[in-house]
Amino acid sequence: MLYREAGQFKTSYAEDQQIFPIRQDRIAIALLLAFAFLGVPLLANEYWLSAILMPVLIFALATLGLNLLTGYAGQLSLGTSAFMAVGAFAAYNFILRVPGIPLLVAFALAGVCAALVGIVFGLPSLRIKGFYLAVSTLAAQFFVVWALTKFGWFSNYSSSGVIDAQKMSILGYSFDTPVAKYLLVLSIVTLLALAAKNLVRSAMGRAWMAVRDMDVAAEVIGIRILQTKLLAFAISSFYCGVAGALYAYAYLGTVEPEAFNLDLSFRILFMVIIGGVGSILGSFLGAAFITLLPIFLNTLSGPLERLLGFTLPSGLMSNLEVIVFGALIIFFLIVEPNGLARLWQIAKEKLRLWPFPH
Amino acid sequence: MQFFVEVLIGGLLSGVMYSLVAIGFVLIYKASGVFNFAQGSMVFFAALTCVSLTEHGFQFWLALPLTLVAMVALGLLTERIVLRPLVNQPPITLFMATIGLAFFIEGLAQLLWGAQPHGLDIGIQDEPWQWISDATGLNISKFDVSAAGIAAVLVSSLALFFSRTRIGRALRAVADDHQAALAVGIPLQQIWGIVWAVAGFVALVAGLLWGARNGVQYALTFLALKALPVLILGGFESIPGAIVGGLIVGASEKLAEVYVGPYVGGGIEGWFPYVLALLFLLIRPEGLFGEKRIDRV
Repeated sequence: MLYREAGQFKTSYAEDQQIFPIRQDRIAIALLLAFAFLGVPLLANEYWLSAILMPVLIFALATLGLNLLTGYAGQLSLGTSAFMAVGAFAAYNFILRVPGIPLLVAFALAGVCAALVGIVFGLPSLRIKGFYLAVSTLAAQFFVVWALTKFGWFSNYSSSGVIDAQKMSILGYSFDTPVAKYLLVLSIVTLLALAAKNLVRSAMGRAWMAVRDMDVAAEVIGIRILQTKLLAFAISSFYCGVAGALYAYAYLGTVEPEAFNLDLSFRILFMVIIGGVGSILGSFLGAAFITLLPIFLNTLSGPLERLLGFTLPSGLMSNLEVIVFGALIIFFLIVEPNGLARLWQIAKEKLRLWPFPH
Repeated sequence: MQFFVEVLIGGLLSGVMYSLVAIGFVLIYKASGVFNFAQGSMVFFAALTCVSLTEHGFQFWLALPLTLVAMVALGLLTERIVLRPLVNQPPITLFMATIGLAFFIEGLAQLLWGAQPHGLDIGIQDEPWQWISDATGLNISKFDVSAAGIAAVLVSSLALFFSRTRIGRALRAVADDHQAALAVGIPLQQIWGIVWAVAGFVALVAGLLWGARNGVQYALTFLALKALPVLILGGFESIPGAIVGGLIVGASEKLAEVYVGPYVGGGIEGWFPYVLALLFLLIRPEGLFGEKRIDRV
């Protein structure tokens, strides 16, 4: 009843090709965006903005990038955080060394740098597939972090390799309050997410999916494998690079190469899997779930301690957190291998009939 | 020249230690097509359990079988709880599940035994072997040679197990073709259970040797990462591949660190094996001994 697409006729090509062809989707997205842009800054406090919403949005962007590569083009990568690191350090160097460069241009160029690195490490994908490829993307992970640590030029010869993100300002307006930073990140993420949504239904997106499903068959029907795979790596790395720049500038402020370690890559891969492989919405759901889970477990430990009547040793708590995290991942994979996005699909199918049985 | 030979032999011997970890991966990959990322955590769990048991007053020779029992139980439980419900899922899902498993095992190990590093003494000293250095002037660690010997024994017993026993033949049949194996009446899940148990045993051996060498600590879990380039060099499906890959990685990484490292600032051990494996894969995409894949449309 609530979610019925019946009766919505399309009378022009433009209508047929719009991003959200169903009216309810359009309304929901508009409401969601209005709430995110207007409601959240009014309602949320500083903690929510800078400790919860910001990482969720930034990780959602990185997850989106990995999802384009893994979910749509079928190339498994374990080096996501390396591309984020390239983005963060490239943005730092552009702003540092090019006087007067606009912030957004610096972020975009940082994304381009990450894309170039992505192409280099994507080259082996033309020859190798599956887990062999996944393992070789680890080369990117270790090499990039090593290079950023080893060569002082990247961090402007700071003694510990840590970079201090410069102040963000656009046209004289400086983004230094949590609300301003949140709005900046939200705008960038929204734009890039819409672009991704469009991208995956373009000719290129369909080529990616053909390659994912079977690359030999895709080649036979005339898709250029070289171009398609490398573009997938480039665009995915661009997203990760921008996410890395935002991670350094809007979220952390100071960042060292070691922050972009293998753990972060795995976390982003988890977000893709939990959210739903090959789903834009899933990227956001997965990022929110994985970011919120540790916070949730943490807040849960307080009442648990009161219930037991004594304080648990902190080491015990952090180990329990790791155990619960691992177990939940396995549980999710068993119960819903298609991720949270699939749950949303099921909910939509239910809403189509609700409240009637048929 | 003498220095070169010393570095080379040291590298080859440490490569044997990588092979030990890699063999655990290969066993499971061959039999069930699962890329078991938790192998490093299993190594850590085994070493930590064994060392903690000895510190709680057990004799080493009593702690060893107890740990073995724990590892076998862990393997069987993994098969039962994690893998059986995930049968027929795409490989990436299984891979992710083993990453979750890795988190779980690491947390469990530290929850049970605490996070502080331990020293482990298995009775072999890490010192140069006197009569070799007298005879040839080369410094070769006794420990490395013993570890290589243990690895050789392990690999040959595994090879015998695979080729001579009934279970071993069943394992090879399952590795070859799951469905055909099922069709001739091989109990697939039982076989998988055995494979995971054997992988647990291999993890125990690797954990003891690595633990004795570097101390039993959280860093042992990173061994899995060291074993990965070994795997792609040798091919995921091949035990000889794991050995040869380990030797190549061990030797080349030490040589590169000594001869190339100074020019780029050192510390290249972390990524050199990966880049080497990557370049290698460009020539042979299935690794040295991997099965050649034939794509059919």
